[in-house]
Amino acid sequence: MNELSPHKLTAKDYATDQEVRWCPGCGDYAILKSVQKTLADLEADPANTVFVSGIGCSSRFPYYMATYGFHTIHGRAPAFATGIKLANPKLDVWMVTGDGDGLSIGGNHLLHVLRRNVDIQILLFNNEIYGLTKGQYSPTSRPGTRSPSSPGGSIERNLNPCNFALAAGARFVARTVDTDQKHMPEILKRAHAHRGASFVEIYQNCIVFNDGVFADFTDKKAAPDRQLRAEHGHRLVFGPNGEKGLRLNRDKVAIEIVTIGENGITADDILVHDETDALLAQMLVTLDGPDAPVVVGVIYCNPVDTYDAGVARQVEKAKSAKPNADMKELLFAGSTWTVD
Amino acid sequence: MATNLAQKPTASADVRVPASLESVVIRFAGDSGDGMQLTGTQFTHSTALMGTDLATFPDFPAEIRAPTGTTFGVSAYQINFGARRVLTAGDQPDVLVAMNPAALMTNLDSLKPGGTLVVDTGSFNDRTLAKAGYTSNPLEDGTIAPYHVIRLDISRMTLESVKEFGLSNKEAMRCKNMWTLGLMLWMYGRQRQSVVDWLKGKFAKSQQLADANIAAVNAGHAFGETAELAGDMSHSTVGRAEVAPGVYRTITGAESLALGLVAGSKLAGLNIMFGSYPITPASTLLHQLARLKEHGVVTFQAEDEIAAICSAIGASFAGSLGVTSSSGPGIALKGEAMGLAISTELPLVIVNSQRGGPSTGLPTKTEQSDLYQAIYGRNGDAPLPVIASSTPGDCFEVAIEAVRIATKYMTPVILLTDGYLANAAEPWPVPDFDSLKPFKVQFHTEAEGFSPSHRDPETLARNWAIPGNPGTEHRIGGIEKDFNTGNISYAADNHQRMTDTRWNKVLGIADDIPLQEITQGDATGDLVVVGWGSTFGPIYRAVEQSRAKGLKVSQIHVRYMWPLPKNLGDLLKGFGKVLVPEMNKGQFATVLRDNYLVDAVRLNQVNGQPFKVSHLNQVIAETLG
Repeated sequence: MNELSPHKLTAKDYATDQEVRWCPGCGDYAILKSVQKTLADLEADPANTVFVSGIGCSSRFPYYMATYGFHTIHGRAPAFATGIKLANPKLDVWMVTGDGDGLSIGGNHLLHVLRRNVDIQILLFNNEIYGLTKGQYSPTSRPGTRSPSSPGGSIERNLNPCNFALAAGARFVARTVDTDQKHMPEILKRAHAHRGASFVEIYQNCIVFNDGVFADFTDKKAAPDRQLRAEHGHRLVFGPNGEKGLRLNRDKVAIEIVTIGENGITADDILVHDETDALLAQMLVTLDGPDAPVVVGVIYCNPVDTYDAGVARQVEKAKSAKPNADMKELLFAGSTWTVD
Repeated sequence: MATNLAQKPTASADVRVPASLESVVIRFAGDSGDGMQLTGTQFTHSTALMGTDLATFPDFPAEIRAPTGTTFGVSAYQINFGARRVLTAGDQPDVLVAMNPAALMTNLDSLKPGGTLVVDTGSFNDRTLAKAGYTSNPLEDGTIAPYHVIRLDISRMTLESVKEFGLSNKEAMRCKNMWTLGLMLWMYGRQRQSVVDWLKGKFAKSQQLADANIAAVNAGHAFGETAELAGDMSHSTVGRAEVAPGVYRTITGAESLALGLVAGSKLAGLNIMFGSYPITPASTLLHQLARLKEHGVVTFQAEDEIAAICSAIGASFAGSLGVTSSSGPGIALKGEAMGLAISTELPLVIVNSQRGGPSTGLPTKTEQSDLYQAIYGRNGDAPLPVIASSTPGDCFEVAIEAVRIATKYMTPVILLTDGYLANAAEPWPVPDFDSLKPFKVQFHTEAEGFSPSHRDPETLARNWAIPGNPGTEHRIGGIEKDFNTGNISYAADNHQRMTDTRWNKVLGIADDIPLQEITQGDATGDLVVVGWGSTFGPIYRAVEQSRAKGLKVSQIHVRYMWPLPKNLGDLLKGFGKVLVPEMNKGQFATVLRDNYLVDAVRLNQVNGQPFKVSHLNQVIAETLG
């Protein structure tokens, strides 16, 4: 399992011998499979790869990856991941979190790891529910969600993870769906290629406590009309034949859903996706309304310098300024006097 | 700003006669932000360079710039310096320098009866007196009659001394502290050059300010030299202390701790990753370490206390020495993460610069009330070693010891210091780094048969393999792990075994630390005074004085708070009584009672101030009945 291995690694080589303990039918299985396939496709070195997680169903993920792994404490995975990167910037760090772990108890840390732009991949499994604690509503649960802790329906407004990430200053924001085994590896590879904090929201079905919460746009039949796959440089179209699209309403600086061929709309009226445009990204992740599609794909990618690289540069600069810095010199720094 | 200074010759001194004094305690007091701390530290530096032993006590409010002239905005700096070994900042100042009425109001009570009061009369007017809460002028109503008072219009003399530099009135008044410093340097025969050099550096960007401040220092000094004040004040000297030969520097606890951590990391062969969140009085350590990048130190100012410790644990997982630092409230937030470090058995150093509690408490005042928190304060059976430093210089050794234990036993270690130690300064014999014994960490690299749960049979420390090494890929976490494989295990017997193992590992460290020594006095006697942490100086002096009176008293000062030294219980049995002075409500006394069934008598003080030697002497005498 190291770089000298004579054979090319397959997805199975990234799996541990541990029995996977998610509920049968959980969306996490599909994500695990997709991540293992992605690492195989990337020919990732297991010795150089670290999976870090917090607490929750999704956070059991590291136990099933035959890489280095750290299952930490609730909500704090971003801080552990940051420490790992500061200790050894060469490591390839993946962080796995959920909507409760990442956006409730760990909201502050997620904010800051994105703001600092630490070079890691962040996979947020969003199932809009607390699974491991048996089904309470989460920060992403839609208002009215009935759960053991909200028998009369939740009365909180829900958080939009990608919008949160953009507002925090994330330079890579993407979405994909647990069951989409073709799309997810593509997105994961893009996230991996991006230098900096890559934020990927994965719609993940909790079969026990929130089954079908995303079915209106993830079911095979519904998907064409309700999912829009954004691709840089391509028009933002959807529908079974790509006949629907997004147009900028310049009077309101808003996006409207239009149909090509109706009301004089042509393909040229449809917005072309520019993944470096932060304003467009924000509009795409917050599209709302009965006709609006859920936008998946790489919604924003606009790299800037990473935190860990900046830290390493300062250390190198200090070392080259004082190449002979040693403990003795440090101890004797400043004014000293001698007693005979 | 002018500072006020108090001077006292050792025994009922007569300051009018130029004399060689054994020791003097001066307290500078003025408005916060007026430069009292700078005045104190510069006086300290000059004093140290002359080979005089010293101890200091910076005492300042939590507010950065409290409203001018208020009593809660008073900042003070006390220095005890002498030609003998100085162990405390002094019970009572011999000299009080009061820069304004508020400083007088809050500090006059501490001045020794008959002590010298230097007061800036220029700062006394109806408005400032009212602000300080005086209904009549203490300079005129007999309040200060018991003292030897030196009235000086420092404000006016400062303005005159810097007139030629064209400063604004506000800027000129800010030179008052330097004028006062100049005067005090003269009074005690201290050299001025280190102050001049420091001012040149501090005001490198403004020749005008540098010149003005230097002129103020010189003017204050010249005033002492030329004024006909023979009846009021005179020139005294404090000689060099009899100390061991060697090279010395002044050092504060925070500086010494930073140097110790870096030294420890070098002895372990690791880089430091220091994760910290700003908090008083612990931030100084972050500031110190942030300047030491060339020594392989990475500092991370985290978004909160929890992220700070978690980043440090992450760094340890990846092969650095993770270090975090805070004060009580922040340490409380780190508790869950400490449990993870215990469960995953990763090395970590956690520094707690204790302050008054509970909750926000007294951010700038010292206390020792986090001992329970350190030893017991986590969920589950979560043992970890706790060690405490006792003097600013001792922080260096204790920091190295914390790193040694953390890396050798794969465990988090709590290092207890406090706000007093962090800020207090003392002369420090610079250690010979080459004489320190390295304890280089050997990462586990062999893939064959590897398990993260394999332990050294002697230390019970698990092996440490780090990411990047092929063949030792493994997963760790906070869920209970199988003793043999390291995989998740909820088995009943296994949890018993793992809990016992973690417990025995930490207790076993007692075999690897020095036996407790009698710090002072005989191995048996009527009374032993047991202390820990920054109470070392006052306890030492009190026991010394009690012994001089013929009392059969000894002192035991403990560094290893958990596990305790193996012989401590036996040592205590050699004494009729055990007295435990602590700046808390009796926390170490509880630990001693619990472990040794000893009738430890508590002596507790939580007023934010160090123990007074006189008070300890009195209690020692009372305890012996």
